[in-house]
Amino acid sequence: MTPAKYIHVVAAALLFWLMPFAAVAEGLVVDQKFKGDKEIVVSFSAPVDQAVAENPANYTVFEEPDPDIKLEVASAVLAAGGKSVTLSFKDKLNTAMTHVVVAKGLAGIEKTTFTVSKSYLGYLFGILISALLINNFVFTKYLGLCVFFGTSKKKSTAKGMGVVFTLVMVVSALMSWVFYNFILIPFNLNFLQIVVFIGLVSLTVQAIDTILRKVNPVLFNSFGVYLVLVIANCVIIAVPLILANNNYNVFETFMLALGAGGGFLLALYLMSSVSERMQLANIPPSFKGLPIAFIVAGQFAMAFLGFSGLQLF
Amino acid sequence: MQLIARGILAENPIFKLALSMCPAVGISTTVMNGFMLGVAVLFVQVFSSMTISIFKNVIHPRIRIPTYTLTIATWVTVIDLVLAAYLPDAYAKMGIFVKIIVAFAIITMRLEMFACKETVKDSFWDALGMGLGFMVGMMVIGFVRELLGSGAVMGYDVLGFKPLLFFILPSAGFFVVGLMMGFFNWIELYYKRKKGVK
Repeated sequence: MTPAKYIHVVAAALLFWLMPFAAVAEGLVVDQKFKGDKEIVVSFSAPVDQAVAENPANYTVFEEPDPDIKLEVASAVLAAGGKSVTLSFKDKLNTAMTHVVVAKGLAGIEKTTFTVSKSYLGYLFGILISALLINNFVFTKYLGLCVFFGTSKKKSTAKGMGVVFTLVMVVSALMSWVFYNFILIPFNLNFLQIVVFIGLVSLTVQAIDTILRKVNPVLFNSFGVYLVLVIANCVIIAVPLILANNNYNVFETFMLALGAGGGFLLALYLMSSVSERMQLANIPPSFKGLPIAFIVAGQFAMAFLGFSGLQLF
Repeated sequence: MQLIARGILAENPIFKLALSMCPAVGISTTVMNGFMLGVAVLFVQVFSSMTISIFKNVIHPRIRIPTYTLTIATWVTVIDLVLAAYLPDAYAKMGIFVKIIVAFAIITMRLEMFACKETVKDSFWDALGMGLGFMVGMMVIGFVRELLGSGAVMGYDVLGFKPLLFFILPSAGFFVVGLMMGFFNWIELYYKRKKGVK
């Protein structure tokens, strides 16, 4: 099969897998979506009875994983025409979760059940952007600082390092995911997390080192140096730990690793650009080297704080 | 004794060697946080140094780095589980940083440079010095940030007002560490210059 055909197969598989999330509820309920983080808007195919639709007691809402925790509906307002109702909640909703809404007595039907969720692709993209900018591993989570300050002197080094990091991160995160879900959890070996993950990371680095040496010696000569540095770094080990904490699935894991690696690349590149400029600047002797680098990083961190309000989906 | 003093002053892991900076910036918002992580690092450092020192004759030099990593990972798991069981509040604050101790360059470096050559007793003192140096560094940064950020020391309100709320913010960690490193360098340069004049 040619690579182009592969893409179609993969896309089809992906679409099939995402289908349940994109599917629209049938029958009475036409459309349902989150509005802000406190409201759910539901549209109906036909006008519904106002007295029933505006009674908050007729709705039961909960997050899909824990049906025992009912979310309190503060008010339900029927729009003019009776075809859409807005449910307002007392507390903020976690819009990343799928919510299940059960409505009683709407249009004479005893129970109408439907789920509300964000578009799953949007959610995946949200993880990527979050790891890349909002929770940038270097500037807001303070991971991997040793390598960050060590290799951000020159742009070319920074680029090489960032690419190697992203690669190792994605591979090791996916491997860790497999190990975590198919070995550690089934056999109740959760306490071995740290040992297993650090082993996997070292293994990945070693494997990439060997493969690259054989397959592409030119690339190896330019990137090989950084590979050694990768092992002793906390960014790399942080990704598996985070995914284990949050019980991410394989797509989410991939996105997180990609975002984390990209974020690291971005941080290194920004920092190295400033470092190159700083060589021309007149810095007090006691601040030469690391101290000034820290202060610059602090300014970057402040700038990245600005991303914290970013919400795309 | 000399070994301990070296770890705290001449080769302070945070200010002099500039290793293991991540937690120094990340969670040093209060003295207490710094102290807790310092204790965890001290524990891991001392025990893995001693383990390596005991087994140094049976470890083949070619597999020494993986051995170090696994030894450290084991001890980190121990402290991780202990903290989670007995001090859940403090553990929740430190979050992922306890587990991240496994990738601290400072610990591996001490194993490579000291514990694999010296006796158990010496490596114990060396590890203790390094661990204490790290702890002191963390607490000093924590002290500055807590005092300036929330006007308190160890959770007790001393100033009665909040001079610079900015210092509690995450990004201030970079500034405080940078300024303090600059300060220590300045002292060093000052003394060197004095000597040069004499």
